[in-house]
Amino acid sequence: MDINDLRSVVTVVSLLTFLGVVWWAYGVKANKKRFEEAAMLPFADEAADRAELGLDRNRQRKAS
Amino acid sequence: MSEAQSTYNYKVVRQFAVMTVIWGIVGMLVGVIIAAQLVWPDLNLGWLHFGRLRPLHTNAVIFAFGGCALFATSYYVVQRTCHTRLFSDGLAAFTFWGWQLIIVLAAVTLPLGITSGKEYAELEWPIDILITLVWVAYAVVFFGTIAKRKVSHIYVANWFYGGFILAVALLHVVNSAAIPVSLTKSYSAYAGVQDAMVQWWYGHNAVGFFLTAGFLGMMYYFVPKQAGRPVYSYRLSVVHFWALIFTYMWAGPHHLHYTALPDWTQSLGMLFSLILLAPSWGGMINGVMTLSGAWHKLRDDPILKFLITSLSFYGMSTFEGPMMAIKTVNALSHYTDWTVGHVHSGALGWVAMVSIGAMYYLLPRLFGRSEMFSVKLITVHFWVATIGVVLYIASMWIAGVMQGLMWRAVNADGTLTYSFVESVRASYPFWAIRFLGGLLFLVGMLVMAYNMVKTIAGGRTVDDARVLQPAAHHA
Repeated sequence: MDINDLRSVVTVVSLLTFLGVVWWAYGVKANKKRFEEAAMLPFADEAADRAELGLDRNRQRKAS
Repeated sequence: MSEAQSTYNYKVVRQFAVMTVIWGIVGMLVGVIIAAQLVWPDLNLGWLHFGRLRPLHTNAVIFAFGGCALFATSYYVVQRTCHTRLFSDGLAAFTFWGWQLIIVLAAVTLPLGITSGKEYAELEWPIDILITLVWVAYAVVFFGTIAKRKVSHIYVANWFYGGFILAVALLHVVNSAAIPVSLTKSYSAYAGVQDAMVQWWYGHNAVGFFLTAGFLGMMYYFVPKQAGRPVYSYRLSVVHFWALIFTYMWAGPHHLHYTALPDWTQSLGMLFSLILLAPSWGGMINGVMTLSGAWHKLRDDPILKFLITSLSFYGMSTFEGPMMAIKTVNALSHYTDWTVGHVHSGALGWVAMVSIGAMYYLLPRLFGRSEMFSVKLITVHFWVATIGVVLYIASMWIAGVMQGLMWRAVNADGTLTYSFVESVRASYPFWAIRFLGGLLFLVGMLVMAYNMVKTIAGGRTVDDARVLQPAAHHA
């Protein structure tokens, strides 16, 4: 086996890896729900958002 | 849960956010000075000539301005999307003070001519070691925070930030390998064309990971937050991440077309640069389409204007880049001002504008205000900056193509039509326009600094943004 066979193998493995990632992202049913949940993560902590913007300082003071 | 753990660490975010604006002004001011030196050569005074100041400019804008923006936003985003406080307050503070020390050392050593001569990696070995220490601390804080997250998912922005931190560690350590001969001088561990290849493997991945992956992390958090809706396609972002980090690593040789680098390596670099168009545009479309159905928000929200315009410039420069990596195009563009224009379309249009947008989002929140002191001034900043970028890149395109054509023009008998100095003379008007464009961008940053100071003056330091309670979390 010369080095060009190895180069071909690397190219094929790379393509398969890419197709694997695409399949994992789009093909696997179970992942759809996971990804939808993950996409909502920036919106999960509204209390901190409100505290930052100074919207409910008094309420938060009482709570702590 | 102890009191210290029940709030987010905003102190370090605040420090880095404020320094982002300050270093942005310093770095861009040096840029404007060296642009002026090209137009008026008499401004090259003593040590402070173009050759000494140019690396200071690039280091200041990339590592001081861009670096502080990345530290600030990554520390903020990782806490907020992992629902936990930073892993270690002490190490986080070390990264802040360590990074500032590195910046000051760079500002002292580069004008003195202390340099290892590697572009974007000019700092000498003692500073390189300090960078490594700070970077390891950064990685520990970032990945430590991810490890103690209270949610099961790792949000995609953190994948990009994580990829950026790991890749930059690898690039820095490999490219900075050197043999010291004194405290202020070292020689590269590599020789000849290998040294050039390692340098541009580093150089292009500094663009790919420092100036792209990290800022894409920013995009994936701040665009959805400011638009008030989740990212257009989370699944596309997964493919985007893996395709981008896999492809970028191989694009470096396009900086060495028609050099002593083996021809097949040049072709490989060109091919991977062309492939890179796909993930780049995938990411750009994902960001822009997040606004789909809410385009009206773009009309009156200047922060969104910054974020979405930055993505437009990202799309433009990631189209231009692969085109310039084609060998026949590169034969015209290389060593001309076209390259400078391309870099600034990415650096000012994409990196600076997405950072500025993220800072306008963060600053009021870090100082307990519902918005910046003046939203109108954000709009002013946006237009001044946009006009500045357009003047800058348009003048450099024209100058670059003109230089390339003049250098390659030959007479019927095979002699050169133009001497080099004729192309320099023809470039002056465009360098003057470039100076004006850069000056406008700097003025925008000064407006931002004024707005920031007024926002801080009327605000309070937010230390009570509480971590989401476990009872409320649903993931």
